[in-house]
Amino acid sequence: MTVEVQTVETLSQVTQTLNDSARYFAGGTLLMRQVNYGDQSINRLVVSRDPELKRIQVSGDQIEIGAGVTMSDIISHQDLGFLAQVARAVGGPAIRNMATVGGNLFAPCPYGDMATALLALGAILVWADGQQQPIEQLFSHQENQLRSPDVGTNGSEFSATNDLSRGNQNVVASIRLRKPRSGAFRFQKVSRVKPKGVSLLSVAVHLGRESGRVANTRIAFGGMSARPRRALAAEQALQGASLDEAGIERCISMCNDGLEPQNDALASAWYRAQVAPVYLKRLLLQRGEY
Amino acid sequence: MAKKPVNFVLNGRDISVFVEQGGNLLDELRRNVGDMTTKYGCGQGTCGACTVSVDGELKLSCLLLAELIDGKRIDTTQGLAEGPDIHPLQQEFVDGFAAQCGYCTPGMLMAAQVLLANKPEPSREEVAEAISGNLCRCTGYEPIIDAILRAADTLRRRPVR
Repeated sequence: MTVEVQTVETLSQVTQTLNDSARYFAGGTLLMRQVNYGDQSINRLVVSRDPELKRIQVSGDQIEIGAGVTMSDIISHQDLGFLAQVARAVGGPAIRNMATVGGNLFAPCPYGDMATALLALGAILVWADGQQQPIEQLFSHQENQLRSPDVGTNGSEFSATNDLSRGNQNVVASIRLRKPRSGAFRFQKVSRVKPKGVSLLSVAVHLGRESGRVANTRIAFGGMSARPRRALAAEQALQGASLDEAGIERCISMCNDGLEPQNDALASAWYRAQVAPVYLKRLLLQRGEY
Repeated sequence: MAKKPVNFVLNGRDISVFVEQGGNLLDELRRNVGDMTTKYGCGQGTCGACTVSVDGELKLSCLLLAELIDGKRIDTTQGLAEGPDIHPLQQEFVDGFAAQCGYCTPGMLMAAQVLLANKPEPSREEVAEAISGNLCRCTGYEPIIDAILRAADTLRRRPVR
Protein backbone atom coordinates (compact mmCIF):
# COMPACT_ATOMS: atom_id res chain seq x y z
CA MET A 1 0.00 0.00 0.00
CA THR A 2 1.34 3.41 -0.83
CA VAL A 3 1.29 6.12 1.73
CA GLU A 4 0.24 9.59 0.71
CA VAL A 5 2.39 12.46 1.93
CA GLN A 6 0.63 15.75 2.52
CA THR A 7 2.65 18.89 3.15
CA VAL A 8 0.99 21.83 4.90
CA GLU A 9 2.28 25.28 5.79
CA THR A 10 1.11 25.72 9.36
CA LEU A 11 0.72 23.57 12.41
CA SER A 12 -2.97 24.41 12.74
CA GLN A 13 -3.52 22.90 9.29
CA VAL A 14 -1.95 19.69 10.61
CA THR A 15 -4.59 19.30 13.28
CA GLN A 16 -7.33 19.85 10.71
CA THR A 17 -6.05 17.06 8.48
CA LEU A 18 -5.25 14.35 11.03
CA ASN A 19 -7.50 11.36 11.45
CA ASP A 20 -7.18 7.73 12.52
CA SER A 21 -5.12 6.66 9.53
CA ALA A 22 -3.11 9.86 9.11
CA ARG A 23 -0.06 10.60 11.22
CA TYR A 24 1.89 13.75 11.84
CA PHE A 25 5.40 13.23 10.46
CA ALA A 26 8.31 15.23 11.91
CA GLY A 27 11.82 13.75 12.18
CA GLY A 28 10.67 10.37 10.93
CA THR A 29 13.01 8.36 13.14
CA LEU A 30 10.08 6.44 14.68
CA LEU A 31 7.26 6.79 12.18
CA MET A 32 9.31 5.96 9.07
CA ARG A 33 10.23 2.62 10.63
CA GLN A 34 6.56 1.74 10.71
CA VAL A 35 6.09 2.91 7.13
CA ASN A 36 9.13 0.89 5.97
CA TYR A 37 7.76 -2.20 7.69
CA GLY A 38 4.41 -1.84 5.96
CA ASP A 39 2.19 -0.72 8.83
CA GLN A 40 -1.29 -0.97 7.32
CA SER A 41 -2.84 1.43 9.78
CA ILE A 42 -1.09 4.41 8.15
CA ASN A 43 -2.25 5.71 4.81
CA ARG A 44 -1.29 9.36 5.06
CA LEU A 45 1.63 11.28 6.53
CA VAL A 46 1.19 14.98 7.27
CA VAL A 47 4.32 17.13 7.15
CA SER A 48 4.39 20.73 8.37
CA ARG A 49 6.67 23.43 6.98
CA ASP A 50 5.81 25.80 9.84
CA PRO A 51 9.08 27.60 10.77
CA GLU A 52 7.79 28.11 14.33
CA LEU A 53 8.36 24.41 14.96
CA LYS A 54 12.11 24.89 14.57
CA ARG A 55 12.34 27.93 16.84
CA ILE A 56 14.21 28.11 20.14
CA GLN A 57 13.35 31.21 22.17
CA VAL A 58 15.24 32.21 25.27
CA SER A 59 14.34 35.22 27.39
CA GLY A 60 15.90 35.35 30.82
CA ASP A 61 15.44 31.91 32.33
CA GLN A 62 12.32 31.19 30.25
CA ILE A 63 12.93 28.81 27.38
CA GLU A 64 10.56 27.72 24.64
CA ILE A 65 11.66 24.94 22.33
CA GLY A 66 9.69 24.26 19.15
CA ALA A 67 8.55 20.65 18.86
CA GLY A 68 10.44 20.26 15.56
CA VAL A 69 13.80 21.24 17.05
CA THR A 70 16.27 18.39 16.60
CA MET A 71 18.70 16.93 19.10
CA SER A 72 21.56 18.48 17.07
CA ASP A 73 19.87 21.90 17.27
CA ILE A 74 19.84 21.58 21.05
CA ILE A 75 23.50 20.56 21.19
CA SER A 76 24.58 23.55 19.13
CA HIS A 77 22.46 26.15 20.97
CA GLN A 78 24.47 28.29 23.38
CA ASP A 79 21.73 28.63 26.00
CA LEU A 80 20.76 24.96 26.16
CA GLY A 81 24.04 23.58 27.52
CA PHE A 82 22.22 21.80 30.35
CA LEU A 83 20.15 19.82 27.81
CA ALA A 84 23.08 19.09 25.48
CA GLN A 85 24.20 16.06 27.51
CA VAL A 86 20.71 14.61 27.14
CA ALA A 87 20.55 15.32 23.39
CA ARG A 88 23.97 13.71 22.96
CA ALA A 89 22.69 10.55 24.65
CA VAL A 90 20.18 10.08 21.82
CA GLY A 91 21.34 7.90 18.90
CA GLY A 92 24.32 8.65 16.67
CA PRO A 93 24.97 11.92 14.78
CA ALA A 94 22.62 11.06 11.90
CA ILE A 95 19.72 10.25 14.22
CA ARG A 96 20.38 13.43 16.20
CA ASN A 97 20.11 15.46 12.98
CA MET A 98 16.64 14.04 12.44
CA ALA A 99 15.06 13.18 15.80
CA THR A 100 12.91 15.97 17.24
CA VAL A 101 12.12 16.99 20.80
CA GLY A 102 8.39 16.67 20.11
CA GLY A 103 8.79 13.18 18.73
CA ASN A 104 10.73 12.09 21.79
CA LEU A 105 7.62 12.71 23.92
CA PHE A 106 5.88 9.95 21.99
CA ALA A 107 8.81 7.54 21.65
CA PRO A 108 7.93 4.16 23.14
CA CYS A 109 9.91 2.79 26.06
CA PRO A 110 12.95 2.33 26.21
CA TYR A 111 13.38 5.43 24.02
CA GLY A 112 12.51 8.85 25.36
CA ASP A 113 15.62 10.09 27.16
CA MET A 114 14.80 13.72 26.34
CA ALA A 115 11.21 13.19 27.51
CA THR A 116 12.55 11.94 30.85
CA ALA A 117 14.80 15.00 31.21
CA LEU A 118 11.91 17.35 30.36
CA LEU A 119 9.75 15.61 32.97
CA ALA A 120 12.37 16.28 35.65
CA LEU A 121 12.58 19.88 34.50
CA GLY A 122 8.82 20.31 34.90
CA ALA A 123 8.25 21.28 31.28
CA ILE A 124 4.92 22.63 30.06
CA LEU A 125 3.62 21.44 26.70
CA VAL A 126 2.00 23.96 24.38
CA TRP A 127 -0.39 22.23 21.98
CA ALA A 128 -1.22 23.45 18.49
CA ASP A 129 -4.61 24.74 19.70
CA GLY A 130 -2.89 26.89 22.31
CA GLN A 131 -3.69 24.71 25.30
CA GLN A 132 -0.97 24.27 27.87
CA GLN A 133 -0.42 21.17 29.95
CA PRO A 134 2.18 19.94 32.45
CA ILE A 135 4.25 17.23 30.76
CA GLU A 136 3.33 14.57 33.34
CA GLN A 137 -0.30 14.76 32.26
CA LEU A 138 0.69 13.62 28.77
CA PHE A 139 2.60 10.65 30.15
CA SER A 140 -0.17 9.55 32.50
CA HIS A 141 -2.64 9.89 29.63
CA GLN A 142 -0.36 7.70 27.50
CA GLU A 143 -0.12 5.12 30.30
CA ASN A 144 -3.91 4.95 30.48
CA GLN A 145 -4.06 4.51 26.71
CA LEU A 146 -1.58 1.64 26.90
CA ARG A 147 -3.65 0.02 29.65
CA SER A 148 -6.95 0.24 27.81
CA PRO A 149 -8.23 -3.17 26.66
CA ASP A 150 -8.47 -2.36 22.94
CA VAL A 151 -4.72 -1.72 22.75
CA GLY A 152 -3.83 -5.38 23.11
CA THR A 153 -1.22 -6.80 25.40
CA ASN A 154 1.67 -7.73 23.16
CA GLY A 155 3.48 -4.53 24.14
CA SER A 156 5.62 -4.52 21.03
CA GLU A 157 7.27 -1.19 20.39
CA PHE A 158 5.57 -0.68 17.06
CA SER A 159 2.10 -1.14 18.43
CA ALA A 160 3.06 1.09 21.33
CA THR A 161 4.03 3.91 18.96
CA ASN A 162 0.77 3.44 17.15
CA ASP A 163 -1.26 3.63 20.22
CA LEU A 164 0.48 6.62 21.65
CA SER A 165 -0.32 8.73 18.64
CA ARG A 166 -3.44 7.18 17.11
CA GLY A 167 -6.55 9.27 17.11
CA ASN A 168 -4.76 12.16 18.70
CA GLN A 169 -5.87 15.09 16.59
CA ASN A 170 -3.82 17.60 18.47
CA VAL A 171 -0.06 17.95 18.18
CA VAL A 172 2.56 19.46 20.44
CA ALA A 173 3.72 22.85 19.12
CA SER A 174 6.40 23.69 21.65
CA ILE A 175 7.79 22.91 25.07
CA ARG A 176 8.26 25.56 27.76
CA LEU A 177 10.63 25.26 30.65
CA ARG A 178 12.70 27.31 33.04
CA LYS A 179 16.44 27.16 32.82
CA PRO A 180 17.75 25.30 35.87
CA ARG A 181 20.38 26.84 38.12
CA SER A 182 23.86 25.74 37.21
CA GLY A 183 24.52 22.26 38.59
CA ALA A 184 20.90 21.70 39.66
CA PHE A 185 19.99 19.53 36.69
CA ARG A 186 21.63 16.13 36.42
CA PHE A 187 21.07 13.34 33.95
CA GLN A 188 22.36 9.85 33.36
CA LYS A 189 21.52 7.33 30.70
CA VAL A 190 22.25 3.69 31.50
CA SER A 191 22.97 1.40 28.58
CA ARG A 192 25.04 -1.70 28.01
CA VAL A 193 26.74 -0.74 24.75
CA LYS A 194 29.42 1.95 24.83
CA PRO A 195 29.61 4.64 23.65
CA LYS A 196 26.06 4.33 22.33
CA GLY A 197 23.26 1.94 23.02
CA VAL A 198 19.58 2.08 23.76
CA SER A 199 18.65 2.96 27.35
CA LEU A 200 18.05 0.30 29.94
CA LEU A 201 16.86 3.26 31.89
CA SER A 202 17.58 6.94 32.20
CA VAL A 203 17.33 9.11 35.26
CA ALA A 204 17.06 12.89 35.51
CA VAL A 205 17.14 14.98 38.66
CA HIS A 206 16.29 18.64 39.07
CA LEU A 207 17.41 19.71 42.52
CA GLY A 208 15.51 22.45 44.29
CA ARG A 209 16.93 24.36 47.23
CA GLU A 210 15.44 26.25 50.14
CA SER A 211 17.53 27.80 52.90
CA GLY A 212 20.52 25.56 52.31
CA ARG A 213 18.56 22.32 52.11
CA VAL A 214 17.11 20.24 49.31
CA ALA A 215 13.50 21.15 48.58
CA ASN A 216 10.99 20.52 45.80
CA THR A 217 13.31 18.26 43.87
CA ARG A 218 11.98 16.42 40.83
CA ILE A 219 13.28 12.95 39.99
CA ALA A 220 12.22 11.32 36.71
CA PHE A 221 12.94 7.87 35.36
CA GLY A 222 12.72 6.64 31.79
CA GLY A 223 12.59 2.90 31.17
CA MET A 224 11.29 2.25 34.69
CA SER A 225 7.61 2.28 33.67
CA ALA A 226 5.76 2.12 30.37
CA ARG A 227 6.23 5.88 30.07
CA PRO A 228 8.62 8.30 31.80
CA ARG A 229 7.50 8.69 35.39
CA ARG A 230 8.44 10.71 38.46
CA ALA A 231 9.70 8.87 41.52
CA LEU A 232 7.33 10.74 43.82
CA ALA A 233 8.13 8.78 46.98
CA ALA A 234 11.86 9.34 46.52
CA GLU A 235 11.26 13.05 45.84
CA GLN A 236 9.27 13.32 49.05
CA ALA A 237 11.97 11.52 51.02
CA LEU A 238 14.54 14.03 49.80
CA GLN A 239 12.57 17.02 51.11
CA GLY A 240 14.72 18.90 53.62
CA ALA A 241 17.56 16.40 53.36
CA SER A 242 21.22 17.22 53.00
CA LEU A 243 23.06 15.96 49.94
CA ASP A 244 25.35 13.43 51.56
CA GLU A 245 25.40 9.67 51.97
CA ALA A 246 23.30 9.71 55.17
CA GLY A 247 20.96 12.47 54.01
CA ILE A 248 19.85 10.70 50.84
CA GLU A 249 19.63 7.18 52.29
CA ARG A 250 15.84 7.18 52.72
CA CYS A 251 15.36 8.64 49.25
CA ILE A 252 17.51 5.94 47.66
CA SER A 253 15.70 3.17 49.54
CA MET A 254 12.37 4.47 48.17
CA CYS A 255 13.69 4.97 44.64
CA ASN A 256 11.54 2.24 43.05
CA ASP A 257 8.33 3.01 44.96
CA GLY A 258 5.61 3.82 42.48
CA LEU A 259 7.67 2.70 39.47
CA GLU A 260 6.83 -0.38 37.42
CA PRO A 261 9.97 -1.57 35.63
CA GLN A 262 9.26 -4.04 32.86
CA ASN A 263 10.95 -7.09 31.38
CA ASP A 264 12.22 -6.78 27.86
CA ALA A 265 15.01 -8.14 25.70
CA LEU A 266 17.48 -5.63 27.14
CA ALA A 267 16.99 -6.28 30.84
CA SER A 268 14.66 -7.83 33.37
CA ALA A 269 12.47 -5.77 35.67
CA TRP A 270 14.53 -7.14 38.57
CA TYR A 271 17.78 -5.89 37.04
CA ARG A 272 16.33 -2.44 36.39
CA ALA A 273 15.12 -2.22 39.97
CA GLN A 274 18.63 -3.08 41.19
CA VAL A 275 20.35 -0.58 38.94
CA ALA A 276 18.04 2.44 39.29
CA PRO A 277 18.94 3.32 42.92
CA VAL A 278 22.67 3.04 42.17
CA TYR A 279 22.50 5.67 39.45
CA LEU A 280 20.14 7.91 41.40
CA LYS A 281 22.63 7.86 44.27
CA ARG A 282 25.53 8.73 41.95
CA LEU A 283 23.61 11.67 40.49
CA LEU A 284 22.63 13.02 43.89
CA LEU A 285 26.15 12.74 45.25
CA GLN A 286 27.73 14.27 42.16
CA ARG A 287 30.05 17.03 43.25
CA GLY A 288 29.18 20.59 42.49
CA GLU A 289 26.98 23.44 43.58
CA TYR A 290 23.32 23.26 42.82
CA MET B 1 -1.37 6.13 -6.62
CA ALA B 2 0.51 8.64 -8.76
CA LYS B 3 4.24 8.93 -8.35
CA LYS B 4 5.77 12.25 -7.36
CA PRO B 5 8.41 14.10 -9.42
CA VAL B 6 11.51 14.96 -7.40
CA ASN B 7 14.64 16.88 -8.39
CA PHE B 8 17.82 16.77 -6.41
CA VAL B 9 21.58 16.90 -6.78
CA LEU B 10 23.34 13.59 -6.20
CA ASN B 11 27.10 13.80 -5.87
CA GLY B 12 27.12 16.98 -7.94
CA ARG B 13 24.86 15.58 -10.68
CA ASP B 14 21.28 16.75 -11.30
CA ILE B 15 18.78 13.95 -10.85
CA SER B 16 15.09 13.99 -11.77
CA VAL B 17 13.01 10.97 -10.84
CA PHE B 18 9.45 9.96 -10.13
CA VAL B 19 9.38 8.53 -6.64
CA GLU B 20 6.98 6.17 -4.93
CA GLN B 21 4.76 8.02 -2.45
CA GLY B 22 5.71 7.18 1.10
CA GLY B 23 8.91 5.55 -0.16
CA ASN B 24 12.27 6.18 1.46
CA LEU B 25 15.32 7.78 -0.12
CA LEU B 26 17.41 4.62 0.21
CA ASP B 27 15.04 2.59 -1.97
CA GLU B 28 14.93 5.36 -4.55
CA LEU B 29 18.72 5.65 -4.69
CA ARG B 30 19.19 1.93 -5.16
CA ARG B 31 16.19 0.94 -7.31
CA ASN B 32 15.48 4.08 -9.28
CA VAL B 33 18.70 6.09 -9.51
CA GLY B 34 21.11 3.15 -9.52
CA ASP B 35 23.44 4.32 -6.76
CA MET B 36 24.17 0.98 -5.11
CA THR B 37 26.83 2.27 -2.72
CA THR B 38 24.25 3.10 -0.05
CA LYS B 39 23.28 -0.11 1.75
CA TYR B 40 20.06 -1.42 3.25
CA GLY B 41 20.81 -2.84 6.68
CA CYS B 42 17.87 -2.68 9.03
CA GLY B 43 15.36 -0.23 7.54
CA GLN B 44 14.74 1.19 11.00
CA GLY B 45 17.55 3.63 11.63
CA THR B 46 19.59 1.38 13.88
CA CYS B 47 22.59 0.23 11.82
CA GLY B 48 23.77 3.29 9.88
CA ALA B 49 24.55 1.36 6.67
CA CYS B 50 22.35 3.76 4.67
CA THR B 51 24.00 6.94 6.00
CA VAL B 52 24.15 9.79 3.46
CA SER B 53 24.86 13.49 3.62
CA VAL B 54 21.93 15.83 2.95
CA ASP B 55 23.01 19.45 2.41
CA GLY B 56 26.15 18.59 4.36
CA GLU B 57 24.28 17.03 7.30
CA LEU B 58 24.48 13.35 8.14
CA LYS B 59 21.10 11.59 7.75
CA LEU B 60 19.80 8.05 7.45
CA SER B 61 18.37 7.54 3.98
CA CYS B 62 16.08 4.70 5.08
CA LEU B 63 14.22 7.14 7.36
CA LEU B 64 13.93 9.99 4.86
CA LEU B 65 10.80 10.36 2.79
CA ALA B 66 12.06 10.45 -0.81
CA GLU B 67 9.58 13.12 -1.87
CA LEU B 68 10.81 15.52 0.81
CA ILE B 69 14.35 15.70 -0.60
CA ASP B 70 13.23 17.79 -3.57
CA GLY B 71 15.80 20.55 -4.14
CA LYS B 72 18.38 19.10 -1.77
CA ARG B 73 22.00 18.08 -2.25
CA ILE B 74 22.68 14.43 -1.49
CA ASP B 75 26.17 12.99 -1.20
CA THR B 76 26.90 9.26 -1.06
CA THR B 77 30.00 7.10 -1.13
CA GLN B 78 29.70 6.94 -4.91
CA GLY B 79 30.76 10.57 -5.06
CA LEU B 80 33.85 10.15 -2.87
CA ALA B 81 36.24 9.03 -5.58
CA GLU B 82 38.36 11.77 -7.11
CA GLY B 83 38.51 10.96 -10.80
CA PRO B 84 40.43 7.72 -11.26
CA ASP B 85 41.64 7.74 -7.64
CA ILE B 86 39.75 6.60 -4.61
CA HIS B 87 39.42 9.08 -1.77
CA PRO B 88 42.13 9.10 0.95
CA LEU B 89 39.50 7.84 3.41
CA GLN B 90 38.80 4.85 1.17
CA GLN B 91 42.53 4.26 0.67
CA GLU B 92 43.16 4.22 4.42
CA PHE B 93 40.24 1.81 4.91
CA VAL B 94 41.87 -0.50 2.36
CA ASP B 95 45.41 -0.16 3.72
CA GLY B 96 44.38 -0.48 7.36
CA PHE B 97 42.00 -3.47 6.94
CA ALA B 98 39.18 -1.29 8.22
CA ALA B 99 36.68 -3.35 6.24
CA GLN B 100 36.05 -7.05 6.51
CA CYS B 101 32.64 -7.90 5.10
CA GLY B 102 32.39 -4.27 3.96
CA TYR B 103 28.66 -3.83 4.46
CA CYS B 104 28.97 -1.01 6.99
CA THR B 105 31.80 0.70 5.07
CA PRO B 106 29.76 3.14 2.92
CA GLY B 107 27.97 4.43 6.02
CA MET B 108 31.23 4.66 7.94
CA LEU B 109 32.83 6.57 5.07
CA MET B 110 30.00 9.10 4.94
CA ALA B 111 30.10 9.60 8.72
CA ALA B 112 33.87 10.10 8.49
CA GLN B 113 33.59 12.40 5.49
CA VAL B 114 31.12 14.73 7.22
CA LEU B 115 33.22 14.68 10.39
CA LEU B 116 36.41 15.66 8.54
CA ALA B 117 34.60 18.35 6.55
CA ASN B 118 33.63 20.04 9.81
CA LYS B 119 36.61 19.05 11.91
CA PRO B 120 39.82 18.43 9.95
CA GLU B 121 41.77 17.48 13.08
CA PRO B 122 39.50 15.29 15.22
CA SER B 123 40.54 13.54 18.40
CA ARG B 124 40.18 9.77 18.72
CA GLU B 125 37.10 10.29 20.93
CA GLU B 126 35.53 12.57 18.38
CA VAL B 127 36.03 9.95 15.67
CA ALA B 128 34.47 7.27 17.89
CA GLU B 129 31.53 9.59 18.56
CA ALA B 130 31.16 10.39 14.85
CA ILE B 131 30.77 6.71 13.92
CA SER B 132 28.72 5.81 17.01
CA GLY B 133 25.59 5.49 14.89
CA ASN B 134 27.20 3.00 12.52
CA LEU B 135 27.30 -0.66 13.51
CA CYS B 136 30.20 -2.89 12.44
CA ARG B 137 30.13 -6.52 13.51
CA CYS B 138 33.51 -7.50 11.99
CA THR B 139 36.30 -5.15 12.88
CA GLY B 140 35.79 -4.14 16.49
CA TYR B 141 35.94 -0.50 15.30
CA GLU B 142 39.59 0.14 16.17
CA PRO B 143 40.95 -0.25 12.60
CA ILE B 144 38.14 2.04 11.38
CA ILE B 145 39.01 4.74 13.89
CA ASP B 146 42.72 4.40 13.01
CA ALA B 147 41.95 4.67 9.29
CA ILE B 148 39.86 7.83 9.76
CA LEU B 149 42.58 9.46 11.86
CA ARG B 150 45.22 8.61 9.24
CA ALA B 151 43.01 9.94 6.45
CA ALA B 152 42.53 13.15 8.41
CA ASP B 153 46.28 13.45 8.57
CA THR B 154 46.67 12.83 4.82
CA LEU B 155 43.96 15.34 3.96
CA ARG B 156 45.52 18.04 6.12
CA ARG B 157 48.93 17.58 4.53
CA ARG B 158 47.94 17.59 0.93
CA PRO B 159 48.07 20.84 -1.04
CA VAL B 160 44.78 22.61 -1.62
CA ARG B 161 43.55 21.87 -5.11
